Amino acid sequence: MPNMIVCVKQIADPEAPPGSFKVDEAAKRAIPAAGVSQVVSPFDEQAVEAALRIKDAHGGKITVLSLGKDFVMDVIKKPLSMGADELILLQDPAFESNDSHATAYALAMAIKKVGEYDLIFCGRQAADWDAGQVGSGIAELLAIPSITPAQKVELVDSKIKVERVVTDGYEVIEASPPLLITVSNELGEPRYPKLKGIMAAAKKEVPTWNAQDIGADPAKLGAAGARAKLLKLFIPVKEGKCEIIEGENLEEAAVNLALKLRETRLI
Amino acid sequence: MAEYKGVMVCGEIGDGKLAASTLELLGGGRKLADKLGEELSVVLIGSGLGDLGKEAIAFGADKVYIVDDPLLKNYQTDAYVAVMEKVVKQVAPNILLLGTTPMGRDLAPRLAFRLDTAVSMDCVALDIDPDSKLLLQTRPVYGGNAKAVYVCEDTKPQMAAVRAKALDPLERDDARKGEVSTIEAGLDPSIIRTKVVDTVKEEVAGVKLEDADVVVTGGRGMGSTEGFKELEPLAKALGAAIGATRPPCDNGWVPASLQVGLTGKIVSPTLYIAVALSGSSQHIAGCSGAKNIIAINKDPDANIFKEARFGVVGDYKKVLPAFTAKVKELLG
Repeated sequence: MPNMIVCVKQIADPEAPPGSFKVDEAAKRAIPAAGVSQVVSPFDEQAVEAALRIKDAHGGKITVLSLGKDFVMDVIKKPLSMGADELILLQDPAFESNDSHATAYALAMAIKKVGEYDLIFCGRQAADWDAGQVGSGIAELLAIPSITPAQKVELVDSKIKVERVVTDGYEVIEASPPLLITVSNELGEPRYPKLKGIMAAAKKEVPTWNAQDIGADPAKLGAAGARAKLLKLFIPVKEGKCEIIEGENLEEAAVNLALKLRETRLI
Repeated sequence: MAEYKGVMVCGEIGDGKLAASTLELLGGGRKLADKLGEELSVVLIGSGLGDLGKEAIAFGADKVYIVDDPLLKNYQTDAYVAVMEKVVKQVAPNILLLGTTPMGRDLAPRLAFRLDTAVSMDCVALDIDPDSKLLLQTRPVYGGNAKAVYVCEDTKPQMAAVRAKALDPLERDDARKGEVSTIEAGLDPSIIRTKVVDTVKEEVAGVKLEDADVVVTGGRGMGSTEGFKELEPLAKALGAAIGATRPPCDNGWVPASLQVGLTGKIVSPTLYIAVALSGSSQHIAGCSGAKNIIAINKDPDANIFKEARFGVVGDYKKVLPAFTAKVKELLG
C-alpha cells in the first residue's frame, strides 16, 4: 500500500472578480481584498484528488503538507475532510520571503522528516504566483524522478502509470516509486467532502513544524535562500473602450455587429 | 567561477523542423544578445537532426550546439536535464531561454534547481536592464491579474521560459553566417527513470487553434455540449477554430485540447469572438494577443467587455443565430 504525500497551499480565492484584485506596489505584494475567502489552491485540490483515487483503489496513507501563514483551519483541513489521513503545517517567520527555491527546500526537508513515501503529489502551479516550479524542485532536491503535469495517475502492479498532458493529447509514462507528480486540471473535479469527513477533520490534531523541526538550514530559507528577486509588481492598465453594438432588439444588435465587423474589415 | 557569456536558446524540434517557439526565442534572444554585445547560441537536442543547425543560423543564431543521440529522440526529463546540465557547464551562457511548452515547462524548473539558479516561467517580456545589464523577466502572476518583473542577481545562467507568441521571430536569412558544432550526449541510459510507453493524439477537426486567424470561443455560459454545437456554423462560415474556457473543458463538454488560457493554448488571432464567457484573468492570459476581441455576453459588467473592441450585451441564444446568418450573408 503506497505512502503518499501531497503538498498544498492556502491562497486567496483565484475566482474572485479581477476588479477586486489590488497590489501594494511598494511592498510588492497583493492586498487581501475584503470578502475574498481563502481556499486551497485549485490544482493542489486536484493533487489531493489524484492521491485519493489511488487510495480508493489500493489503500495506503496520505499525508498533506502545507507551508504558509495565517492558516484558516476550516480551509486548510479540506484535504482531511476529503479523505487524507494526516495534515502537517509548516509555519515559521523564516519561511516568509521564500521564493520557489526556498519553498521547495523547506518542503523537501519536511518530506524527509515524514520519512517513507512512494508518491508525492503537487499542483502544477499555485494559483497566486503561478510560479510552476516547486514540484519539480522538490523532486530534484530529493533526487527522485518527476512527471509534470498529469491528468491521470494509476498504480499498475508495482509501476506507476501517468498520463502527462502535452499539446493536443497526452503521453503515457511509466515509472517506479518513489516518484513526484504534478497534477493539472484535466484530472477532473475534486470530490466534495462528506459530512462524516468534515466532522472527523474538525477533531483531527494538526501539528505545526517550524524551520528547526525540519532541520532546515536558515541560509537556504527566506530572502537568504532565494535565487529570484522580485523587482516590481503591478496591475497592467486596461484601456477598456469596448463599443457596445445596439439595436431595437437582440437580433438587430447581432445584425449590426456583423455589419460593424464588415465595415471595419474584420470579416 | 567561469565567466558566463552569451545568450543561449534551448531549442525544440517538432516534425523534423525547428518549433515555432524556438524561432521566437531566436528572434527575441537575438535582440538581447545585441543589447549585451554577446553571441546568440542555440542547443538542438534530438536524434537525426540533419541540417537543422543551418536553419537555426538563418533565424538568428551565431552558434549551434548539436546534441544528437538515439536516446534523445523524444523528450524525457532525466535525459534532457542531464544533457542541458552538461551543455550549460561547458558553454557557460549568461542567459538561457526556453519555451513555455510541454518540454520547457517540465525541463526549465528541474534544470534550474540542478544548476542552483533561478528561472522565471511563462515570461511575456524580456529586456536588459541598462545599468545592471541583468535580464529583466516579466511574467503574469495571480492568474494574469498582475505582472511581476524578476531578476536573478547572484547566480548564472539567468533563466527564463517564454510564453508562446511573446517574442517575434526574425525573417529567415540564408545569407547569415554561423558555426555549428557537436557536443556528445555521453548519456548513461540508467539515469533515465521514466519511460514513455505511448503518445496519444487527440485530433481536433478543422483549423488548428494556435494557428487560426479567427477563433470562436465559448465559455461556461454555453451550458452544455449541445450549446457548443451552436458555435459550429459561425466557425465554419468564418473558417475559424473553436476554443473554450476552462469550465467547459473540465465539465467534459469539449475536449481539453480546446482550452484557451493560462494553462491551455495561447492564441493570437486577428479576430477573437468570445461567446458567453466572463473573461477571467486566467482565460485572458491565453487570448490577450488577439488583435480584435468581440464579446457576446448577457452580463454587461462581465470582464470580457474590458478586453473587447466591440460587444453585444445579450443572451447568446438570441444573438448568435442572427449574427451567424448575417455573417454568412455578408461573406456570400
